[in-house]
Parts: sequence; structure tokens; C-alpha cells
Amino acid sequence: MAVNRMFRTCPASGLKFHQPAEALIRWNAVAAVVSLLVGGILALLIVLTRWQAVHLLSPDVFYMVLTAHGLDMLVFWIIFFEIAVLYFAGSTLLGCRIAAPRVAWAGFWLMVIGALMNNYAVLVREDSSVMFTSYAPMGAHWSFYLGLILFAVGALIGCFIFFATLSIGKAERTYVGSVPVVTFGAVTAAVIAVFTIASGAIILIPTFLWSIGLVPSIDSLMYRQIWWAFGHSSQQINVSAHVAVWYAVAAIVVGAKPMSEKVSRTAFLLYILFICLASAHHLLVDPGLTSSWKILNTSYFLYLAVLASMVHGLTVPGAIECAQRAKGFNKGLFEWLRKAPWGNPAFSGMFLSLIGFGFLGGISGVILGTEQLNIIMHNTLYVPGHFHATVVLGTTLAFMAITYFLIPVLFRRELAFPTMAKWQPYVFALGMAVFTLFMMGAGTLGVPRRHWDVSFSGNPLGFEFPGTAWLMIALFGIGGLLAVVGGIMYLLVTVYSVFLGKRIQTPGFAHVTARSGAAAPVTAPVGAALTGTGSVAHPQAASGTFVLAMVFFVSFVLYYFINWKYLSTVWPLK
Amino acid sequence: MSAIQPPANRLWWKEPIEKIEITWVLIAFVWAMVLFFMMPYWHVFGKQNLANEAHRNTPEKYTAKTQEMVDKYKVREETGLNDQKIPVVHPPAGSDVYLIARLWQWWPILELEQGQTYRLHLMSMDWLHGFSLQPENINIEVHPNYEHVLTIQPTSSGNFGIVCNEFCGINHHTMVSRLYVVKK
Repeated sequence: MAVNRMFRTCPASGLKFHQPAEALIRWNAVAAVVSLLVGGILALLIVLTRWQAVHLLSPDVFYMVLTAHGLDMLVFWIIFFEIAVLYFAGSTLLGCRIAAPRVAWAGFWLMVIGALMNNYAVLVREDSSVMFTSYAPMGAHWSFYLGLILFAVGALIGCFIFFATLSIGKAERTYVGSVPVVTFGAVTAAVIAVFTIASGAIILIPTFLWSIGLVPSIDSLMYRQIWWAFGHSSQQINVSAHVAVWYAVAAIVVGAKPMSEKVSRTAFLLYILFICLASAHHLLVDPGLTSSWKILNTSYFLYLAVLASMVHGLTVPGAIECAQRAKGFNKGLFEWLRKAPWGNPAFSGMFLSLIGFGFLGGISGVILGTEQLNIIMHNTLYVPGHFHATVVLGTTLAFMAITYFLIPVLFRRELAFPTMAKWQPYVFALGMAVFTLFMMGAGTLGVPRRHWDVSFSGNPLGFEFPGTAWLMIALFGIGGLLAVVGGIMYLLVTVYSVFLGKRIQTPGFAHVTARSGAAAPVTAPVGAALTGTGSVAHPQAASGTFVLAMVFFVSFVLYYFINWKYLSTVWPLK
Repeated sequence: MSAIQPPANRLWWKEPIEKIEITWVLIAFVWAMVLFFMMPYWHVFGKQNLANEAHRNTPEKYTAKTQEMVDKYKVREETGLNDQKIPVVHPPAGSDVYLIARLWQWWPILELEQGQTYRLHLMSMDWLHGFSLQPENINIEVHPNYEHVLTIQPTSSGNFGIVCNEFCGINHHTMVSRLYVVKK
């Protein structure tokens, strides 16, 4: 079979795109954005219902929409985009042809069919409002589970295509030495993805068989334990992927290189080793599991995975600081930060993602994942507050940021509405920060998640939440609306640019064939390569970043012990 | 060379680590240890810990136990949603008290005494439910077929709400009840 060895060199960035890989990255990114569009409309409906002054949807529609929102955002938007990131980090960054493009296409279409089938079960059949978590013994239609299984198989194919691409790069010597740190991060994400999808198969296949009557029953505790090995680990794919995107954007925009390859890579390795213990987080107030099991696992084994995130939290901005200082922004502690390219949405999106993920998502995640503290937060609005800070403010915003780079480079279109694009990360991040903060506030006051009516209207035994809780609900409603506006801005810019934007024409542009068994040929890019500008042999000390890290550390310590104080006032339990 | 290119130095693992970086790694590591040891510490010195006690049980047997408690210690009835009569039970201090979670009701209503300890049993008859005691904000997952036993000591008195905070289907939001704590 003839292998397609056609490459093009991006005139702006110097990146080498393999023709089939380019098409795959584009289609996966487009499928991701379509999922984001659907999930975003659903998000608006949910915000307008939980904000009880509006209370838009009826309960059955609300629970259905909430189910679909979880799946379209947390699974379909993010994983389609992650497959695009994997192909980009494998094929494009290594200048290497993608392995078995036809198999990769089969994987893509399996994912599309799976996503459609799952949405059909939830939104068309209307009999699968079981939430993203679909806890047995509450059952959905079989097509709900089968859709997820097909999607997962497709994603698994994507992971193996990525691994095979890496080995082609190695065999055909398309790069010298070790893979770039961004690709290393993508490898981390893919390794965790394999574990995650295997866990998903172990629980969803029997549940699917149960839904068609071939398995008599599913134990609720076993389901929760194994499902979360899929459900939480998949969030760790996101973390690895968006940290890789942070490194990538920092490299692309300011030419940052890791302060120390060794430290950054070891931190990624810690994710692989310890993140698979994450399912315990969700079982901290469940019966039938011992405290020692809960403590060891919820800590990701002594918090070594949290350590990894704290390391990236220093090394990414540290790398930016070193690159900026090398450019001469050397005054005081923070000139490098003040003079950073804040007008470039790729940079501002990435940096806001880093801050939001660390301060709001990271700290709240550790609080929630502490065995005893979980008692005062489990299943309250604190939980969605936390994971919107990690997955939306962290992952989604990072993916939005790199889209602004990909539109000219990958889709070869000029960015439409540049002013709107410039403001988009700020609007979205502000909306999401307000949304998550007040959601966590309401959760601290005990307001439940996934609940249609926290006023319990007409119920003689109803409970009345304090006025502060109602204020917080209204405020997160407003934050949510602002975030939706930010989401609409993103969709307008990307969809318009990709389909109607001005084509980028480069004279003499052509695809070039690579020799069999060799790297893509080097054609001189027209513009200067974006990379390499900040290459410095001896990076200067990232003192400004260290100060920022200490601010983070102090907030973390204070907030952590405030929660213990709060717990100590609760009724004694044992 | 940048983060999207292979490391310039092929022997990158032999490069020394920046002082600032290694300091931060050490701070983070020590903090990770503190985070870890707070949990066992609280088991020894803290008062809010969950029990390791749980038994497998069937809905029939659990209902029978609960019914027995209701028959013995019922003090009055209250009206819930749709005019349902729900018994209020005042069990003796220190005893085993049972609470049933089912679609879409907590049954019965418990009346406890302030400062006393009780062995609270929780089990679901059908799907997953969430025991969420407000405004104390104690939240516990309730499973079918697993009877969870916790020792609980109400230190404040008044009317408390029990909200279901695990999604349990179309009428999930109607699953709410009371818990009374009276002064001796």
C-alpha cells in the first residue's frame, strides 16, 4: 500500500504538517467545537434554570439537559480536541508522518457515531437522564452505554495511532535526541487515556449487558469505584493535555523552553504513576471501604500527583519569565509579566487558564479530596464549582487559547474579528471565575448539586437555605451568563475564521514529498519561525515566578486549614 | 530550542536544576506530606470521622428493623408531600436508629436528644441517594444493599433538614425531610 508522504511547511511557524495528519487534526478539532457548541447551548439552559429567579426548564427537561451537557462537554468536546492535540504533538511537532491514517479515520468515525448515539439516547429518546455518571442501579437505554463504548474504542484507536506515530518518528529519525516536552506531556495524556478507557470498558460493557438483560444486576459500590477510575482518570488526561498545551503556547508565543527538562518530565511521570488512584476521591463518604484505603488512594499516594501539578505551576510561568528576561524585560520582579503579550489571545488564554486552574481548581480539588473534609462538601455545589474551575477554566480555556494559534497555522485562515478574539479569554475567564467561586460558596452552605428546586416549594418538610446561599446562586448565575457570552465569542471567531475567514495565500506554497523512511524535507519557511527566539543557554532565575508561587502557597495553606476549622464545628461523627 | 522542539542538550538529564526550582519542589513535597498526615492525624485527634462499619443487607430485612423501631418509639405523625403521613420517632439515647432512603422519601423522621450519641443506620431501598444534613452540612452517600452505621452526636438543637443530594431520578428534588434535635 502506498504511503502518503506529502508534507507542507507552515510559512508562519515552520511546523511541518503531514497531509493526512493535518486533515485528521482539522476534523477532530471541528468535531470538538461542534460538541462545545451543543454543550454550550445546554449550559445556558442549565444556568437559567438553577438561577431560580428565572427557573426556565421543567424538572424532566432540566435533568435531561444536565445529562447531555455533562457528556457533550466533559467527554465529547474535550476528547475530540485531545485527539487533535495528540496528532499535533506526535506528527506535527516531530515532523513525522502519522501512522495508519485510514485506521485513524476509522477511529474518528467511531467516535462520531458514539457521540451521536449517546446524544440520541439522552436528547431524542428522552429516557436516559441518568447524568454523566449514570450510577447503576439507575439505568439508561442500552444505546446510551453503547454510544459511550464506541466513542471510547475510537479514542483508544487514536491513542495507539499516536504511539505508532512516535515509533515511526524514531525509526525514520525525524528528530534528534528526545521528544519535545510538549510531546512528552501528550504521551503522558495518552498513557493515562489507555488506563482510563480500559476502566471504562470494564464497567460500561457489563452495564450495557445489564441494560439489555444479559447481566442480572450491577453492584452500586463496585460501579462507583470502577466508573470513577474512568471518570476521574479522564480528567487527568485533561490535566496532562492542558499542561502540555501550556508548555506549547509558552513556547510558541514567547519562545519559552522548560527551565529544566528533567524536572518538567519527572512531573509528567508522576502523573502516570499516581493519578490512577483518583477514583477514591469520589468514594470518601461511601460505606464499605476502609479509611486506610480511602486515605492512601485519595492522596494519590502521598500527594505526589499534586506535587507534579505544583511543579508545573512554577515551571511554566518560570519558563515564560526566563524567555521574557532574555528578551530584555529584566526590570524588577514583574516587568517580564507586565510586558507579556497580553493582547494575544493565545497567551492571555493560556496564562488565565494556569492561574484559574491553580488557584480555583487545584486548591479546591485538594480540599474536596481530603477524607474528612469531604464530609462537609460531598455532592454539594462545591463539587461542580471545583471541576468547572479545573475542566473549564483550566482545560477548556487552554484549548481555546491554542485554537487561536491553530487557525492560521493549521486551517490557513486569518483570524476573524481580531478585537473580539483579543477580549474573549478575559470575558470567559472572568465569567467562569465568578461562576466557580460562588458555586463553591453556595456548596459550602450545603446547597446540593444536580437539583432542580432548592427552594423545595410546596413541600411541607422542605428546608430553607440561608439568604447568603440564594445570593450566591444568583451571582453564579450571572457569572455563568458572562461565561456563555465568552463561549459565544470563541465560537463566532473560530467558526467564522475556519469556514468564512480570509485564506492565507503564500506564493510558491506546495506540498513536498518526503523520501521513504526519512523525515519531512526542510523547506525554508517564509516568515521567521516563531520558535527559538527565547533560546537561552543559561536561563536567569525566575524570581518573579517564585514570588507568585509563594502567594499561591500561602493561599493554599490558609484555605486548607480554614476548612479544617470549619469541619471541627460540625457534629462529632465516628 | 523551546518546549516544542527536542531538548538542545541530548544529555538533558545531566543538567543541574535551578535553585529556585528545587526549592519549590522541596516546599511542595513537604506540603504534600502535611496534606497526607492531616488525615490520619484527624482520625486520632479529630472528632469528625466516618465509620468503617458497613454491612451487606437486603431491603426487606432493613425495612423490618426500621419498622420495629417505629412501632416501639413513634411519638407522632407529620404530613409530608401529597398528604403522606410520616411517623416521627423518638428513640432512646444511645440506641440504634434507622433511616430508610427510597424514591423519593426519607423514612421515618427522627427526633434525637442534644448531646447524646446514636448509632445511625443508613441504607437505600432502590437507587443511590445522598444524605445531606442541613445546615450542619454533613453529607453521606447512601447505597442500596450496604447498611452504613455511623455514631453521631448532635451537639446543637433545633430543626434540621435532610436533603437528598445524589441525583435519584425525576422527583429527586422532592426528596427532603426533617431531623429534630430536642433539649433533654
